[in-house]
Amino acid sequence: MNYESLLKDLVSADDRFIIMTAENRAAIRNLPEKIGNKFIDTGITEQTMIGMAAGLALRGRIPVTHALASFLTMRAFEFIRTDVGIPALPVKLVGGVAGLLSEANGPTHQAIEDISIMRGIPNVNIFAPADEEDMLIGLKDVLISDKPFYIRYNNLKSALNHSTKFEIGKAETVNYGDDVAILTYGTLLRQSYEAMMILESKGISVRLLNMRTLKPLDEEAVINAAIECSLVVIIEDHFVTGGLFSAAAEILLKNGINANVMSIGLESWFKPALLQDVLKYEQFTGPDIASRIASKHEETSDRIKIKSLI
Amino acid sequence: MKLEEKEMSELKYRALKVREHIIRMSTNGGCFTGASLSCADLILLLYSRILNNGNSNFSDPNRDYLFLSKGHDVPALYGTFAELGIIEPERLKNHLKTNDDIYWHPNTRIRGVEFHSGSLGHLLSVAMGVAYDINLTGTSNKVFVILGDGELNEGSVWEALQVAAALELSNLVIIVDRNEFQANIETEKLIPLEPLEEKFSAFGLDVRRVNGHDFDAMNNIFTKLPFNDKKPSAVIADTIRGKGLPSIERRADRWFCNFSDDEVKQLINELNGGNAAGLVSETLIVR
Repeated sequence: MNYESLLKDLVSADDRFIIMTAENRAAIRNLPEKIGNKFIDTGITEQTMIGMAAGLALRGRIPVTHALASFLTMRAFEFIRTDVGIPALPVKLVGGVAGLLSEANGPTHQAIEDISIMRGIPNVNIFAPADEEDMLIGLKDVLISDKPFYIRYNNLKSALNHSTKFEIGKAETVNYGDDVAILTYGTLLRQSYEAMMILESKGISVRLLNMRTLKPLDEEAVINAAIECSLVVIIEDHFVTGGLFSAAAEILLKNGINANVMSIGLESWFKPALLQDVLKYEQFTGPDIASRIASKHEETSDRIKIKSLI
Repeated sequence: MKLEEKEMSELKYRALKVREHIIRMSTNGGCFTGASLSCADLILLLYSRILNNGNSNFSDPNRDYLFLSKGHDVPALYGTFAELGIIEPERLKNHLKTNDDIYWHPNTRIRGVEFHSGSLGHLLSVAMGVAYDINLTGTSNKVFVILGDGELNEGSVWEALQVAAALELSNLVIIVDRNEFQANIETEKLIPLEPLEEKFSAFGLDVRRVNGHDFDAMNNIFTKLPFNDKKPSAVIADTIRGKGLPSIERRADRWFCNFSDDEVKQLINELNGGNAAGLVSETLIVR
């Protein structure tokens, strides 16, 4: 089972599904011959594709639209907001090469504000899977949902074995711990996991959460992490503004919870290169993340100790 | 096919009533008067004679759809709805009031409105989605979309036209309310549109041009749809902004109007053949 075959099965089983693309066929190359007129390629026209998707949804269809994430969420932003968001039509927006996955394309293709702008639209939900396995676990529930959804497409090899059942609005707890909580999503789950192994080997117990859906976000998991762990680290391949760090901050603020929170994300556009080299250059490798967290943790526990002495 | 005399006089009477509704909405906050008057005849004719919407059953999937992409002309739509019994005429008194949803752009809380609009350059692609689905379903209903001529500045319109032609959406009817003005200025003085027929033809549409105030001429054209079984149809309706009121016709400064109660009385009198209204209210600049 892969992304394409899951879509094909869904189209065969459920007459409502229509697959659309603004001429981005990377993940759906073999679908046209298999699903015929249930496949619509509108050419390089993100706005027209979204407008048409809204029209199809008005007629009871569930259009699953595809484009590179930066063009889908930004070129077509107003169409998503106005034609999908306002009437809450069940259009699915699948963005390719989001976050660090645009690799060497450069800043034009870097969708690292996509979470921020999509979550700002009422009614639009967000699914940001960590890898292919994680994506396939949740995909059906997300596609069949009657809500608009932005899906941060991710077909990386599995970062780890995902044994947790998928539920919209529920995080996957990869590891339990109560010194440091790492909250992450998408591509950097693998590096977060590596960092967790390093930290645990140093005697720091780590709670690792794969958030899966960023909207709705698992509020309970965020609150518990803040209450039960001495440091909360939010790791994302996204600008630190508007993504998970912001969403978690909103939850903590709303609930009057004070916490030590550290953000590991992007302050600006990243160095275009192949993924492994970007990770090194931007200091997102497992060991980089582990050492950043370890020094912050030391600082934090020192402060807690001082506090308790006073 | 010529309209029968009775039908013609009924259309003319209703057109007058629709224009009265528009004028009555042009006060206490006002509305886009000029742009509504230009397409009043067009919208009235479509709902009265052309759209097959099964006695206004807006949940019937086999109905013809009409999308108003130039949403600011909504007083013409609501005026038509009121005259044809789609909404209660009394309701138009709620214009701009918070106890109802009759505001400056269409929304689906009003019966008969297929989709909200206001941001220009959107509903052509939405209409295309509906047209595509009708083809998938295999029924023969049509999808009409009314665009403003100023709206044709938007790149999303031309992007969508190319896709509509590529998808051979012959059940799609693109109508332009060609009143020769955009918000503040004549189209030809800002971003010249002509030759529009040639442009549309080059984009793969089958185009007709018609006087948008001539019921017979429009009826004649719209009863010949589709013009082509492989191409979307386009109708350029030449209209007059402010049509029906010589005191505001073809005036760049009478797009959005907020008249006094006295001016409204004078305008209704003018509409019904009386003297030209003496207008002193300034036009609001909203764009």
